[in-house]
Amino acid sequence: MSEPLLEARGVTKSFGGVRALRGADFAVHPGEVAALVGDNGAGKSTLVKILSGTLAPDGGEIWFEGRQVTVPNPVAARELGIETVYQDLALAPELDPAANLFLGRELVLPGPLGRLGFLDKAGMRRRTNKAFADLGIGLQDTGAMVANLSGGQRQSVAVSRAATWVSKVVFMDEPTAALGVVQSARVRELVRRVRDSGIGVVLISHNMPEVMELADRIEVLRLGVRVARFRAADTTMEQVIAAMTGALGNEDVA
Amino acid sequence: MADRETREVPPPAADDERAEEVGQAGVRGALRRRLTETTTWTFLILLAIVAAFALLRFEQFATVFNFRNIAADASGLMIIAVGMTFVIITSGIDLSVGSVLVFSGVIAAKVMEGIGGEGWGAIGAGLVAGLLAGLAWGVVNGVLVTKARVPPLIVTLGTLGMALGSALLITGGIDVRGVPLVLTTTIGIGQLWGVPYVVIIAAVVTAIGAVTLAMTRFGRYTYAIGSNAEAARRAGINVDRHLIKVYGLSGFLAGMAGMVSLARFATTTIGGHSTDNLAAIAAVVLGGTSLFGGIGTVLGTVVGVFIPAVLQNGFVILGVQPFWQQVAVGAILIVAVYIDQLKRRAQERGERR
Repeated sequence: MSEPLLEARGVTKSFGGVRALRGADFAVHPGEVAALVGDNGAGKSTLVKILSGTLAPDGGEIWFEGRQVTVPNPVAARELGIETVYQDLALAPELDPAANLFLGRELVLPGPLGRLGFLDKAGMRRRTNKAFADLGIGLQDTGAMVANLSGGQRQSVAVSRAATWVSKVVFMDEPTAALGVVQSARVRELVRRVRDSGIGVVLISHNMPEVMELADRIEVLRLGVRVARFRAADTTMEQVIAAMTGALGNEDVA
Repeated sequence: MADRETREVPPPAADDERAEEVGQAGVRGALRRRLTETTTWTFLILLAIVAAFALLRFEQFATVFNFRNIAADASGLMIIAVGMTFVIITSGIDLSVGSVLVFSGVIAAKVMEGIGGEGWGAIGAGLVAGLLAGLAWGVVNGVLVTKARVPPLIVTLGTLGMALGSALLITGGIDVRGVPLVLTTTIGIGQLWGVPYVVIIAAVVTAIGAVTLAMTRFGRYTYAIGSNAEAARRAGINVDRHLIKVYGLSGFLAGMAGMVSLARFATTTIGGHSTDNLAAIAAVVLGGTSLFGGIGTVLGTVVGVFIPAVLQNGFVILGVQPFWQQVAVGAILIVAVYIDQLKRRAQERGERR
């Protein structure tokens, strides 16, 4: 297998007396969907927050494209080409989809007006419409506030924002949790398309059938350490669940 | 109507989910457009008030002279309200503006008095000192809100007292009158092509504020922070730095309103601005800006400033006790916020879907 794109080695993190991560490992390779699974409290969210720059680790190493890096904040993660679809979506509800897609990366007009910070609203709207069209997301009214969109449409905005800007790794924390059947299928299709473009997709999900369907590899966290790695094709859901609950441990299958 | 029809027919297949969604989004969009037009709605109220007074006392009310007076009287509040619009859109509040106005006026007057004479050198130095004093209080507010994490209501309540107290300490409680007369005869009461300079100043500030808020990155960040500060932070926006700028802007504009007041009245007006903060907040909210942040326009604030100003003027002309103005503005304010609440509730219903 190719060299990992992003790798956590022995990452530790405590909150007060609670040891959320006790030397956790994780790796994602280019062009694969790596599912990060584990029971509640296994440390998935903590690990994702550390790798996406919203939380600082106590110890351990983060490796990116073969060199050790630090990810002190979300901007640093972005500069590495890492994007995150947060479980709470992190959208500004009073702004429209285009403003959300370009939040923090606004396009400005060319010339002196741009230097004064004048926004290229038409350009941003055009590129947003194109991004939605590319991802097969139908939004009738792209001028509406995000607050007035349905849950599924909002999730689509968050997912397409990550998909638009990602160049290396995208974390998707429960990307289909709020979605209906049709929209979930669309997001799964989108995940495959992102993967096929050579990006490493990290899928965090409680939905085991979805994990089995989407993931190329599955890494299992339990009580703050990685207890198992599976190749999804050679694995049954029962084996994964057994690893999650501690009935089975196999660090070296994959 | 269309909404009800869509709901009564149960979707026969999963594919219809999208069609239904679009239908409901369309209806909700229309509802939203109707409700978010708080600005249009209050603008109509303003027009109705103007029309009513014009019908009742055309010769006295609808004159260039009278409109000029209304605009000149409203200029100071307008300048403050522009800054307040930015602050409230970030879901903050600035109670200190009236005190900062007074403090800036005192600093400017003291500097002019200290240099002495009728020269523009003294005036210029005083104006710069006054504006910087306003900016400084605003930056103090911003730093305390962001770095000390004290809620803006408390921070600006504190600096309200500190700025006014400092102004009283500097002056011993007696208004400073050593302002060069030429400041009043030019900027204070002078006109350009029939428009008072103070009105031109307020109009320029308003135009710059409106363009900045609606068309620039600075404005976009202001909305984004008021809408979801955590999302803005994760998107790489330096939220603290932006908030310090916004509170600094509010303080700076309060200082500028202080300079306008100094120019018009040729004296500091220590006792005259204790309710400026509330007047500015009322104007901003009347104009459709949400106290919860993320929504608002400078144009709406202009309407919100002129409703009380026109009412005050009209009641005086009609011989109605002008105290009724406070009653009327209070009632309009409550109705405006009620509409804002309806809007929020409509949105939350959307979120629960």
